[in-house]
Amino acid sequence: MKQHWLAFSTLLTVSALLAGVAPAAAWEPTKAIEIVVPFSAGGASDQMARTIQGIIQKNQLTTQPIIVVNKPAAGGAEGMLDIQKSAGDPHKLITTSSGIFMTPMATKLPLNWQDYTPVAMMAQDSFLLWVNAKSPYKTAADFMAAAKAAPAPLKIGGTSSKREDNLLVFGMEKSGGVKFAYIPYTSGGQASTQLSGNHVDANTNNPAEDLANWRGGATRPLCVFAEQKMAYSEKVADGLSWADIPTCASQGLNVSYQMLRGMFMPGKVTKEQQAFYVELFKKVSQNAEWKDYLARNALVPDYRDGDAFVQFLKLDEDKHAKLMSDAGFMAK
Amino acid sequence: MDDFSSLMTGFQVALSWHNVGFMVIGVVLGIIVGVLPGLGGPNGVAILLPLTFGMDPTSAIILLSSIYWGALFGGAITSILFNIPGEAWSVATTFDGYPMAVQGKAAEALTAAFTASFIGALSGVILITFVAPLVASFALRFGPAEFFAVFLLTFCSFIGMGRENRAKILASLCIGFLLAAVGLDSISGDLRMTFGSTELMRGFDFLVVVIGLFGVSEILLTVEEGLVFKGKQAKIDLKVVLRTWAGLPRYWATLLRSAIVGMWMGVTPGGAIAASFMGYGLAKRFSRQPDSFGKGNIEGVLAPETAAHAAGTSALLPMLALGIPGSATAAVLLGGLLVWGLQPGPLLFVEQKQFVWGLIASMYLGNLAGLVIVLATVPLFAAIMRIPFSYVAPVILIVCAIGAYTISNSIFDIWLMLGFGLVGYVFKKLDYPLAPLVLALVLGDRAEDSFRQALLGSGGSLKVFAANGLVTTLVGLALLLLLWGPVMDGVGALRRRGQPVAAKAAE
Amino acid sequence: MSGASDSQVSHSQIPRGLSRRPVEITTALLLIALGLLVLYDSYGRGAGWDNGPQNGFFPARVGWIFLAASLFILVQSFRTENRVFVTYEQLGQVARVFAPLVLFVALVQPLGLYVAAGIFIIVFMSIVATSRWWAIGLTAVLVPLACFWVFELQFRVPLPKGPLEALLGY
Repeated sequence: MKQHWLAFSTLLTVSALLAGVAPAAAWEPTKAIEIVVPFSAGGASDQMARTIQGIIQKNQLTTQPIIVVNKPAAGGAEGMLDIQKSAGDPHKLITTSSGIFMTPMATKLPLNWQDYTPVAMMAQDSFLLWVNAKSPYKTAADFMAAAKAAPAPLKIGGTSSKREDNLLVFGMEKSGGVKFAYIPYTSGGQASTQLSGNHVDANTNNPAEDLANWRGGATRPLCVFAEQKMAYSEKVADGLSWADIPTCASQGLNVSYQMLRGMFMPGKVTKEQQAFYVELFKKVSQNAEWKDYLARNALVPDYRDGDAFVQFLKLDEDKHAKLMSDAGFMAK
Repeated sequence: MDDFSSLMTGFQVALSWHNVGFMVIGVVLGIIVGVLPGLGGPNGVAILLPLTFGMDPTSAIILLSSIYWGALFGGAITSILFNIPGEAWSVATTFDGYPMAVQGKAAEALTAAFTASFIGALSGVILITFVAPLVASFALRFGPAEFFAVFLLTFCSFIGMGRENRAKILASLCIGFLLAAVGLDSISGDLRMTFGSTELMRGFDFLVVVIGLFGVSEILLTVEEGLVFKGKQAKIDLKVVLRTWAGLPRYWATLLRSAIVGMWMGVTPGGAIAASFMGYGLAKRFSRQPDSFGKGNIEGVLAPETAAHAAGTSALLPMLALGIPGSATAAVLLGGLLVWGLQPGPLLFVEQKQFVWGLIASMYLGNLAGLVIVLATVPLFAAIMRIPFSYVAPVILIVCAIGAYTISNSIFDIWLMLGFGLVGYVFKKLDYPLAPLVLALVLGDRAEDSFRQALLGSGGSLKVFAANGLVTTLVGLALLLLLWGPVMDGVGALRRRGQPVAAKAAE
Repeated sequence: MSGASDSQVSHSQIPRGLSRRPVEITTALLLIALGLLVLYDSYGRGAGWDNGPQNGFFPARVGWIFLAASLFILVQSFRTENRVFVTYEQLGQVARVFAPLVLFVALVQPLGLYVAAGIFIIVFMSIVATSRWWAIGLTAVLVPLACFWVFELQFRVPLPKGPLEALLGY
């Protein structure tokens, strides 16, 4: 009896190994899959999660439904703690941004991405310097010169404190030798609205966050904080495309920064479970609607999984640790 | 009248058979979602969102926005029957709605609440229909200083008149502010008052506190008198609806005032929560018998409901025109728009005409359908009061616990709810007013954030609160409202006794 | 409101119970302790003005006002008329509801919400003791089942589950 059983399970293992080309067959979710978004509804991470949800369900990539849950409290730490507590649960995922490094650094909370299971990086997001459409600045150099000449520091809006936007503004201060008043808002959408109402002089939003106001003629981009220009050459507004926007470095503002957007699982899940989701997100990343979504939000397509993703995370973490401690944002 | 013909086309779109069907389904689902505190509007919308991917965008948004209307109506039901507000904007409805139910006038209170909601929502929709672009640009004038002034105005309109023990009002207000400050401070990015606890890091969620403070404590108070519900003798028939309606025209001033306050707060966007408190505060301020408020005055139900719904509806305007969601549910709707490839923002009205006007038309029809459906359920809900206490009380408590748990999937929150139940019980017996606590809890951190954002921009100068006509007017109005009560008291006392009092009242 | 009913009670007989003054004083003392805790935390993080308020600025100011108000309440409480706050009989009634409730919440973690709810209903309804046993049993089964159907199956809101649900495959 026992022998039979052993033989049977060996057979199973062998066949699983043989079927290595399609590891998705090894494990299937048995109940609804929850995607935890550590940001509030309507933000960029939330939009990404809901787009993925739509693509998976429309194309029936899984047999089980997908639920998006927002856990935005404490700068996303609520969602990250939830995933940490759910170690071993293969029906949970979390969308991440650079916040996965920065929230623990700024708050000293006992969180570390190494405790999670990396699944896939979906894209990178760029940051741009935006100004009010009616403002006189034509280039980043104009803006920095104005900041130097201004009697009181110019105001730059962004999302949250001690996060990506705050780091960028700190980088601008260091690069230009000027001082800005950084004003943290609760979302990029709010930062965009405040800019179009002229309550701040600039913001450092992602493309998606200011897209509507650019097209509506309320704000416009000066430059992109990246080494290279963006790739999308379809016209967006003012007869310009994303690709027409110069890099900030080319205008004398030597700051570049990009943010990862990826997917993690809780720790302690099996290889088969991880493989299922890797396969799933690979399919999503090749979907036409996903490509539309990337183009619409001017995200940099950069799909990585496995070791490539882990290597990226390690480098990115070191980079952030340096940036954060330079800026004095590390928790004491 | 280009807009008008667009609206008519919108009605044609919305009135097709299947769209009306979606509307009814949506409203009914919304009521269920609104009644059960564990579900809530955003959840209902988020869960159904994927089901709508196969539909055309207009039908989908009609279905989803009908859930929103249904949930708005449904929120008032538990507030009135059990003193448990399902959403932040129905808190003010409990102040007079629940006492009415206790007095056996649950059906009147429900009818008044539903009708007021409808009037409020209708004013909001009319606003969106006719002055959309004009009003949307007004919202852009609100920077941090102006936001702070709006919150200040809300506090002052609500707090200024308190005639209870002033030290207790103040203590209660402070507790609310302090509870709101727990957790991550969004301006500095640091944790405050968490004392190293990861549970406290999330801060105190408003609903957990309110379910305990209002709902659980009320059940404890009820059982003191014996294990029965108050207000059992409620008489229920559909004539109650007509009788209540016959009395409504008398309160036209309250309804009008609340509708205006609501629309203004919705657009600016101070939000539905602030609007409901301000509507209630002003109704009390301008009433001939301010002392009858809190004891079952029907105006105390009409005023906050009208204001909240006028604001909730008008808040969809900035969402469509500027892309800023006014509430969590609106944010999920916004996410839905994006999934369909509709980019909210200044160009939506130009590029997606049919969609926008279909949505606006569905607001009229959805609210009308909602009103008819909820009014039909009045006898049903009022009948719950007749079920024996020993059956209903455990169910209420279980639903409360589920509601507290689902907010952030935390059992700790159920314990918190229980703790606040005890606090509410003791506070009510010692005459600490609970309303200031709740108001400060809901708006406290937002007020603090905007105050600090304003000062960051001005380099620490307080002059920013008198920098332009708009903010100066708002601050001035707030101070006037705050000082009105104490000054009038002081003048009265001086006349009567000829000696000064009320020195500490200025606080 | 409550004042009226209290004085009514004290007119009829002299019911034994907790008097109001010690409750007032205890509450005020607790509030004072809370205020001190807030001040300790806020000053620990910096409650000054550094190019705009620091993150402890507001809590500290509110804390001072709160402390002042609580001290005032404490002084006031010594002067209040010492009525009955709650009679022992009333307190017993409250405990009959509150104790099962505490049991319920304590059981949510080990047994899951649905089973705990069933037990809560049984305990609550037998203590209140007006219902027949079969009515109690039926309610204790039907209410959790209805909740399960609505939350778990229809709206897919995951609630805490215990060994029983795991046995049934959820």
